[in-house]
Amino acid sequence: MDTLFIAGREFTSRLLIGTGKYPSHQIMQAAHDASGAEVVTVAVRRVNISDRSKESLLDYIDSRKYFLLPNTAACYTADEAIRTARLGREVGLSHWVKLEVIGDEKTLFPDNEALLEATRVLVKEGFVVLPYTNDDPVMCRKLEDAGAAAVMPLGAPIGSGLGIQNPNNIRIIKEQARVPVIVDAGVGTASDATFAMELGADAVLMNTAVALAQDPVSMARAMRLGVEAGRLAFLSGRIPRKAYASASSPLEGTIAASPARV
Amino acid sequence: MPITITLNGEPFSLDHAATIAELLLTLQIDARRVAVEHNFVVLKRDRYADTAIGEGDQIEIVNFVGGGIG
Repeated sequence: MDTLFIAGREFTSRLLIGTGKYPSHQIMQAAHDASGAEVVTVAVRRVNISDRSKESLLDYIDSRKYFLLPNTAACYTADEAIRTARLGREVGLSHWVKLEVIGDEKTLFPDNEALLEATRVLVKEGFVVLPYTNDDPVMCRKLEDAGAAAVMPLGAPIGSGLGIQNPNNIRIIKEQARVPVIVDAGVGTASDATFAMELGADAVLMNTAVALAQDPVSMARAMRLGVEAGRLAFLSGRIPRKAYASASSPLEGTIAASPARV
Repeated sequence: MPITITLNGEPFSLDHAATIAELLLTLQIDARRVAVEHNFVVLKRDRYADTAIGEGDQIEIVNFVGGGIG
């Protein structure tokens, strides 16, 4: 069976999904089920001290079924990201972290220098670090050398839905990587996920494309099928691209070849 | 004697000195669903009962919320 291994842990689904921006907790839960994902990402935030009435996200995620992956979203320095990762570990009691150090508010592109620094520190502390980074093969190699358990290049800016903007880089990143490559961010619809997988990505992580679709549950299913289709196509070995046609029907025995009627 | 601490970035008054476990109880927070940072050091859950809060301490209490990327 074609399964995904990250840091020695086996996953059957190659779709990782977020928990933000859904119309309701109930819809999120149904979308997660429809997606077939096993890994769900969560953010680490201050508890609202003055208003304790809000329902907990964790009431809608069955921890026996889903593996919780805390992220360090909205951290702008290595120090903030490291602190957030340590806090996330205590909430979830898992030493996995989806590491983000954001470098720019408008594009949400990563600050790769700080990301690399935070990766080194957290790896040393025993974390399984999954860093969100640019679609830059050199940066991905540096992160891998620093001990990242996977590399997570963006397909396009977070939440943009633009699809894979630099397919050639994703292909190169995959070719050189010895750890799984998870395309993280930028997917807008199922064909984007398929394309990422056809390029050789080991998995795709998404949130907005599902959560803000008009029908998130149906889109979650589309994404599941899209990821599966792309993976199968990648493994099947596509035909080479050619400039001219090549007929699939035999050329012999066509009626056009018989003598003309008199 | 009342003490003032910084809790999640805001000033917060306690009637008397307390432990982290007592603070969580006062705030009606389920300790199993949060993590606590005391003066920039993350505490293990089994330390809540014997960690005393002092005047001016900085405390962060966080939990998981919906999020994906960014």
